Parts: sequence; structure tokens; C-alpha cells
Amino acid sequence: MELLVNGVRRHVKVDSERPLLWVLRNELDLTGAKYGCGEGQCGACTVLIEGVAHRSCITPCGSIAGKEVTTIEGLADGEKLHPVQESFIQADAMQCGYCTPGMILLSVALLRKNAAPSESEVKQALEGNICRCGTYNRIVAAVTKAGHTMSAEAKVGRRA
Amino acid sequence: MLEFAPLPVKRRDFLKSLGGGVLVLFVAGDAAPQESGAGGHRREREPLPEDVAAWLHIASDGKITAFTGKVEVGQNIRTSLTQAVADELRCSPGAITLVMGDTALTPWDMGTFGSRTTPTMAPVIRKMAGTARETLVEQALHQWGIARAGVDVANGCVVNRMSGARVPFGELARNIEWVKTIGREDCVTAPDKWTVGGTSVPKLNARELVTGRHKYSSDQRRPGMLYGKVLRPAGFGAKLTSVDTSASARMKNVVVVHEGDFVAVAAPDEAAAQRAIESIKAEWQKTPQISSSELFAYIKSNKEAAVPGISAPASTKTLKSTYNIAYIAHTPLEPRAALAEWAGSKLTVWTGTQRPFGVRTELASAFSLPENQVHVLMPDTGSAYGGKHSGECAVEAARIAKAAGKPVKLIWTREEEFTWAYLRPAGIIEVASAVNPDGKLVSWEFHNYMSGPSGLASPYESAHENVQFHEVDSPLREGSYRGLAATANHFARESHIDEVAASIRVDPLAFRLKNLKNDRVRAVLEAAADRFDWKKKKSTSSRGYGLACGMEKGGYVACCAEVSIAANGQVHVEHVVEAWECGAIVNPEHLRNQVEGAIVMGLGGALFEAIEFADGRITNDRLSKYRVPRFSDVPRIDTVLLDRKDIVSAGAGETPIVGIAPAVANAICAATGKRIRSMPILPALQA
Repeated sequence: MELLVNGVRRHVKVDSERPLLWVLRNELDLTGAKYGCGEGQCGACTVLIEGVAHRSCITPCGSIAGKEVTTIEGLADGEKLHPVQESFIQADAMQCGYCTPGMILLSVALLRKNAAPSESEVKQALEGNICRCGTYNRIVAAVTKAGHTMSAEAKVGRRA
Repeated sequence: MLEFAPLPVKRRDFLKSLGGGVLVLFVAGDAAPQESGAGGHRREREPLPEDVAAWLHIASDGKITAFTGKVEVGQNIRTSLTQAVADELRCSPGAITLVMGDTALTPWDMGTFGSRTTPTMAPVIRKMAGTARETLVEQALHQWGIARAGVDVANGCVVNRMSGARVPFGELARNIEWVKTIGREDCVTAPDKWTVGGTSVPKLNARELVTGRHKYSSDQRRPGMLYGKVLRPAGFGAKLTSVDTSASARMKNVVVVHEGDFVAVAAPDEAAAQRAIESIKAEWQKTPQISSSELFAYIKSNKEAAVPGISAPASTKTLKSTYNIAYIAHTPLEPRAALAEWAGSKLTVWTGTQRPFGVRTELASAFSLPENQVHVLMPDTGSAYGGKHSGECAVEAARIAKAAGKPVKLIWTREEEFTWAYLRPAGIIEVASAVNPDGKLVSWEFHNYMSGPSGLASPYESAHENVQFHEVDSPLREGSYRGLAATANHFARESHIDEVAASIRVDPLAFRLKNLKNDRVRAVLEAAADRFDWKKKKSTSSRGYGLACGMEKGGYVACCAEVSIAANGQVHVEHVVEAWECGAIVNPEHLRNQVEGAIVMGLGGALFEAIEFADGRITNDRLSKYRVPRFSDVPRIDTVLLDRKDIVSAGAGETPIVGIAPAVANAICAATGKRIRSMPILPALQA
């Protein structure tokens, strides 16, 4: 089947029931999506499908044929980081970093729907993702800050 | 196309590949100190000593590489140890490469645990880097014919103060072959003179983490690699009585391994491996096992002694209470993972472990190999919290790889991680105390059964004190966990202290301040209470305030918690203030992050985490059944850091966890009047 991942068409010979997580990791060597539970409980495997966050560990790859998949490897614009990635670094919003790709992608999806979320909106939206190192408050700070940055940049963009 | 990194070369070849330059070895133990390599004296190349604790190389191109057997699991020592090198070499942390936890490249190390990196490895690294700096300086002095006072070191150069001439480290290193030396104590910079240490240097590999470029153990890949799966027993202690692997053996490209009770498969993809393992029919003979409902009765019936009664004058108030501690799981978000590759009788394993050299020993012993035939590499790993000391996954991957004749990657499932790793010990703690009419403790009996001896020492003055740990055989596999038993012991001690204070109607803060004998604990307690505004807080039935304090492993902690109780009984921790002191602060922002993370992790064990088990199985072996703290559980957290530049830095990865559970229990009691004497608190509170 054909997958569209990070803007590139990829041909893979896989069973359509196979979870997207393992196709990304084992067939395409896109290991930014992580295994944490295999039952959609921790969000370490989060990817964007058509801009919406999904848990790739419970997403059969057959269900996404022809749809645009974005993994953490495809988020930055070359060497220029996405504002959410930048914001996670600024806020030191990680320790071991294993949950970080999933947290970032879920946050990017949130900011697409809600450009300037409040702290409680961020918490609610990210509730399904686990950071076992406990950097939750820093993640909330990083996401609200990224929202402000992106809104401000959009305003400047509109004026220009 | 996938690209593969070449297998790292062996240590000796690696050192040869470093070429010229300065190599400083820190020789531990009683090795005779040698003259440092002053003034370009050349030395013969000689084999490396086995008792080296760390080493540092400055190449003739100026490249600085430090080597340590310690490993990074999220505690940010990659950054803090690099800061130590940068401080001593007066250069930027970005100019330094730190090689960690690679048994072929780094010196032997016992492991990364016990909050030992900062107090033991950082000083070694500083001595080496300081020695390297002074060796380079001596080379420059020799060139210029001037005295030490005539030069500065800055930005990777030695600078002549008079002429302004600068010589880069690399150029100076070019004239020196490698130098073997013990690190020079007199080269080390004191904390009040640190310029890189003590500052919030950002996490050095943060960019790799936010872009997904970093390869964790579970992300590693080798050419021709297969994916492994292990057949797990039907329960703890179960013996394999029969097995039929014929269906899996018929599957295309599937390798079946059957050695005694060890049955496993390997296949070209994880789905095929899963189908193969599911096709195996096995019979197991089970043995009776304790279940979680019987746990505390089991400990009581197996413990050797009861707490002696306290004989105290009639004027004193005596109190006796018992605290139960459940088993909990580390639940590192990256489960155990290993990739094993054989080349003849040589074995290479990439695995996430806190003890790469210990895992090397496990592998050498499992395959009857000399240790120098085994190479263990530890990529920066998806957390551990004391839970990744052991190498079972590495041994399993290597067994399958050996049988398959190909590299094999094995990632434990979440269920395997819950079931076949080890747990934070459960236990019972019995406390008896007496307090006199003046509000002074006069007697303190404290007995921990099974959960462990860490953090037993009381910071309170008491004329009579008897504090003991009593071993009991654990029905489940147990091991290290962040802070060890200090969490359980602080929960019992600090809960009991509140009970004593309440029994004589004294404010919990005032009671502690009156009885504390440790000034560093007193300082953090006062700092936390001040920031929390403790004296103005009055608990109501819907809002409770509690505090706790303690010390362990050179760290001093005090925690104040504000808890809300909803009409339906739901408990939420709203606000936490934690004051923390561990000597001179190495990286304030990373320290805050550790303290916050410990509080959040500690909340899980305090409120709801508990391993349930029956019939030799963990029954809540999934994240849908075992609750860990999430965004909605987390309070507003304020940390107050006390910086003691006059005291050698201690580690901070563990002890900040010990204050939260008793502070929350005390806050809940203040609001509800219910004294919950068990961890986790919520099941007992809501029962």
C-alpha cells in the first residue's frame, strides 16, 4: 500500500490491520513515534493524520491510505524548529524525552483548533498523554507560550 | 535507504584513534599518584589501568571528549557533568562531547543510582578537567617562559596576560602525548568561583529529543535484524511442563528458540513474531502464590518482632500506629528494550539500563564469555527511576540472537514490564512514641518490616530512640525505586509526627521546629512554610493544609500541600510548595525540574498507585488498569531552592520525592479528620 508520510509517498508491503506505529517504526525507520502501552493510554505514539492527533498504536495502517501523516521527524521546517518544539526547549519541558514527540504533536493539533488555549484547556486536551517524569506543568507552560508566539506571528503575518 | 552506523571499535583502538593530545585518567583507589605531564614531557604509551574512574581527552584539533560510565535516563547528568568539564576548562559546554555508559569506551562504573553522580562522579570529572587545563597551561608557560600568574584560560585558549597572545588548547595538546595521572585536587574550582556550574545551562541534547532524532534503545536497528518475542510463564514460579512449537516452526522466516523453560521466537517483523508466539501451545505447572488481598497479613505473620511497648512516665502521652505500604511499579514510559548482535563469540548489546557494566557481567555469565567479549552500549534512555538495574531483556535478546544467527531486537510489552521487571517493595511500618507535657518527644520506636532501611534516621531529638529495619521475604520480585524506602519511612514518620502534634493540640509546624535536631531540615522547613504562608492557613472540611520534612542522601526537603475535598469526596492536590537543599546548586532550572518531577511521581504512590496481584499474576498490568499521574492530577508547584555554596553538592534525583505523600496525608487529615495510614491513600479514604 501507499502511505503519505511527512510529504513523501512511501510504498510498504504490509497487512492493512498492522498498527501504523509499527509500520512507521519498523518499515520506515521513523522511530520518533514511541511504544508506551499499545492500547492508546499513554500517547507516546501520537502522530498527526490530516492535522488531527491520533494514537498510531491503535490505528490500523489500512485506515490511513492516501491521508497525510505527520510524524515528529516531519514537523520542523528543515533546521528551523516548529514554535512548539522551540517552546518545549525553552521551558525545559522534558526529562527523558520519551513522551516528548507525542506531547509536541498533540499540542500542535490543539493549537490548530484553538490558537490561544488557556492553561486548563491545554491540560484537558493533553490529558491522554503521560509524562512519567512529571514535567506536566512545564509542558502546559510550553504549549500556552507557543500559542501566544504563533498567534503573534500570525498577526504580524496578516499585517504584512 | 536506511543508514547504519558502524559498530564502535574496541577501547584500545578507540584510544589509538584519538591520536595525540592530552588524555587525563582519573585513577581511583590506592594507585600511586604520578607527576602530571608538565612541559611537553613525552611518555611511553602503556596499557590502561583497570582502576580508572573516568577519563578526558583533548585532541590536537581542540576537540574535547570526556568519558564516564554513568548513564542518562532523564535526570540531566549529561548536561551537569558537561558543565563540570566546561567550568574547569573555562570553555562552553557546547564545545564538549560526553561519552556515557559504553563498556568499550568508558571506564568501568558500578551504575547510575543512589543519587551518586553529582557527589562522586562530578568531582572526579572536575579533577580530570582541572588537571587537563593545568597541563595545557604548563605547556604554554614552557613556551612563553613565564609564570602561572601571567596567563588566563578562556574560550578554549591559554591567554598571555602581558602580550595578549592566545594559544588554542588543540595547539598545546599537539605537543603532548597522553598523560596518565591522578586528578589534581588543587586544580578544582570551588563552587563560589564556578562560571558554568551553578547556571541553568539548557539540556544539551534537547534538540535531538524534540525532533525525534535521538535513538533510544528501542529505536536501534541493525542490518538483517529480527524482532523477538518471549513466551511468558502462566504465573510467578510456574514451570513449563509441555510445549508445542510446531505451528510457529512452520511459519516462514520464523526462528524458534527452546532452551529449558526459555521459549522465544524471532521474525522479520514484529507482527510475524507476535503471530508466532501466539501459536505456541504451552502447559505450565503453577505453584500457590500470595495475592494482594493477603499481603499485609502475610507480612505480619512473617515478621520477627513486635514493637516493644513504651514505658514512659504517666505524664507523657503515648501513641502507637501502623502504616501499610503497597507495591508500586516504576512504569518507565520506555519499557525494557535491547538489541543484541553476535559476531562469532563477540556480543554487542544496545540496552536501556542503569548498570551497563553490570549487564555486561550478566551477559558474560549467561553465555560463559570473558567480559572483554561483551560490549554493552546504553543510549540515553526513556527513564528508569531505579527500575532498570537488571539485564534480563538484554540476556533474552542475546539468547534469541544467538539461536537466530542474526541481530535481534526485543522490546518488552507494557504487560511484561509490569509483570517481569521488579517493584518498589511493599511493607508495614510500626511507630510508637511518647511526648512530654512540654511538647518534646521523649521516646521514638520505629520499625520497618520488608519495605527497606533507607531514610530511617529521624531528624527529631528524642531521649529514647530505637529505629530498625526488619527483613521479610517479599512475595513479589522487588528492587530499587527512586528514593528507595525513604518514601515509605517518611510517610510513616511524618504522618506520626502530625498525629503526636494533634494529640497535644500543637501546630504541626511548631511541633516540628521544637523537636528538630537537624539545622538543614529546619532551614528548608522554615523556607517552605514561609513561602506557603503556613501560619495564615486554616483548614476547613473542604480544604486541608499539611506539611512534612525530612532528609536523605545529602538532600534536605520540606513540603507543604493544599488539598481540596469536593462534596462527592473527590480529593485534588491544589498547590504544593517544596523547599529543597542539596549543597551547591549545579543547574537551578534542571534542579527545579527534578524537584517538580519527583513531586508528581510521588503523588501517584501517595494517592492511587498500587500493584494488584493474584494467582501469580499482576492483575493491573496495563496503563488502563494501573493509574499514574496525569495532567489533571498535577497541582501548582512552587519550588524554593536553597543554595549552599559552602557544601559539596549532593544528588537530587531521589530525595525530593519523600515529602509529598506525608504532606498530602496530613492535609487530608486536617480537612476530613480521617488519618489514613496507608500508601496509597485514596482507596483507604474512600473505602
